[in-house]
Amino acid sequence: MAIYKFITPISEEEIRKLRINDTIYLSGTIVTARDEAHKRALNLHKQGKKLPVNLEGLAIFHSGPLMKKEGDLWHVVAAGPTTSSRMDVFEDQFIKNFKVRIIIGKGGMGKKIVNVMRMHGAVYGAFTGGAAILAAKAIKQVKGVEWLDLGMPEAMWIFEVEDFGPITVAIDTHGNNLFESVQMVAEENKKKIYRKLGI
Amino acid sequence: MGADNFLVTGQVVEDVTTKLIQLAVTELPQDTKEALRRAYQQEQDSVGKSQLKTILDNLELAEKTCTPICQDTGFIIYYVKVGSKLEGLDQIEGALRNATIKATKEVPLRPNAVDPFSQSNSGNNTGMHSPYVHWEIVPGNTLEITVLPKGGGSENVSVLEMLNPNQGIAGLKKIVIDTVIKAGAKPCPPTILGIGIGGGADIAVNLAKESLLLPLNQSNPDLKVAKLEKELLEIANQTGIGPMGLGGKTTVLAVKIAYAQRHPASFPVAIIVQCWAARRASAKIYPNGKVEYLSHKVN
Repeated sequence: MAIYKFITPISEEEIRKLRINDTIYLSGTIVTARDEAHKRALNLHKQGKKLPVNLEGLAIFHSGPLMKKEGDLWHVVAAGPTTSSRMDVFEDQFIKNFKVRIIIGKGGMGKKIVNVMRMHGAVYGAFTGGAAILAAKAIKQVKGVEWLDLGMPEAMWIFEVEDFGPITVAIDTHGNNLFESVQMVAEENKKKIYRKLGI
Repeated sequence: MGADNFLVTGQVVEDVTTKLIQLAVTELPQDTKEALRRAYQQEQDSVGKSQLKTILDNLELAEKTCTPICQDTGFIIYYVKVGSKLEGLDQIEGALRNATIKATKEVPLRPNAVDPFSQSNSGNNTGMHSPYVHWEIVPGNTLEITVLPKGGGSENVSVLEMLNPNQGIAGLKKIVIDTVIKAGAKPCPPTILGIGIGGGADIAVNLAKESLLLPLNQSNPDLKVAKLEKELLEIANQTGIGPMGLGGKTTVLAVKIAYAQRHPASFPVAIIVQCWAARRASAKIYPNGKVEYLSHKVN
């Protein structure tokens, strides 16, 4: 259960050192993307167009932040993670095409993503769901926003962060999945509970 | 207008409700904070404990800076208890709507009201049936307003099961365990389970959600229900899902049950899951203009 401090862009080599239960504090650039931003990014890629931000070596944050505009400047009010499994259908292509190294969210992701992370060198990090003020505190600057037409939660926000964390590594590049391990334990416990209840 | 009648004014309702929304999204009720602190002390799993520590740190920071605890400030639902002797009732719904718009801008709240056909976000948390208002007529001349800003992640794992009546309470226990395990990390555990039994499908769901309004430290006055709540809490915490689904013994903070009579052919069971950020705030407005905040200390 090591603690790592990373600065973006992160290399594949660095990412492959990580194991589940490790903790990351991240500095540099993270970019938010939920369902709609994933969809649009992949559509642009399909059309051979470039994304407004080069995501290589960066972290994607599954978050629909609460933002406030003062004058011309945006600032973050609260920015916790959203449920990552909704992005299961997009993330394999996203990791392959854009070479992001860390996916930050809550609740974990599916088997397909575990495989893609192993093959392409990316990890999934769990940020405590609902801990939106701690997350916002680590965001030092709003570097930009793209696709605001998708609405505040779905837009792509580009943040400069410092020691963003703690992020718990829950899927590593070695095929380990912390959420799946917990789920397997829970399934075993379920049998015991059923027996106790006589069902 | 009789001597003890009370004309409720829209402005008072709007001001109190705006304050309630701000209180709800920035500070959890005392009973919920206590339950989370107790969970932190008792949790032995190191990852689970660190999740609870982050939750408590976040709560403290949100309260200190008067900022929303979570960026998902929820879908806004009101529960209103209207005294039968109140006058000016036609002003209440508009005032609740105005308060929602005002709080969205001032607190601020994340705009969370999306049109299911056009997918466009109204930007101010209002729209078709939004905010949603539950009405109850009670004796007397006071107006009690509760706001329940309900997050999407936990709402998405809600369950309604129309059991075969012969499955009964044993069937209910199985559904509760299955739901907690299947939901896993998704609803941001430790959660609170609101369970509704009986009535029809709609009644069970309604009762389940309404039971989330009850303070966690107040045990059910109906002993058989209290016993079932305790048993379900114990078995839910034997699943090992833990805080944020990362493992541990704190999966559920409390179980709250409400029930209605059932049709002989039906045994509806609804489970509404509430994330740890169990935000709610209530206040009572009296005829003399006095406002009593029921869920939070207000100076």
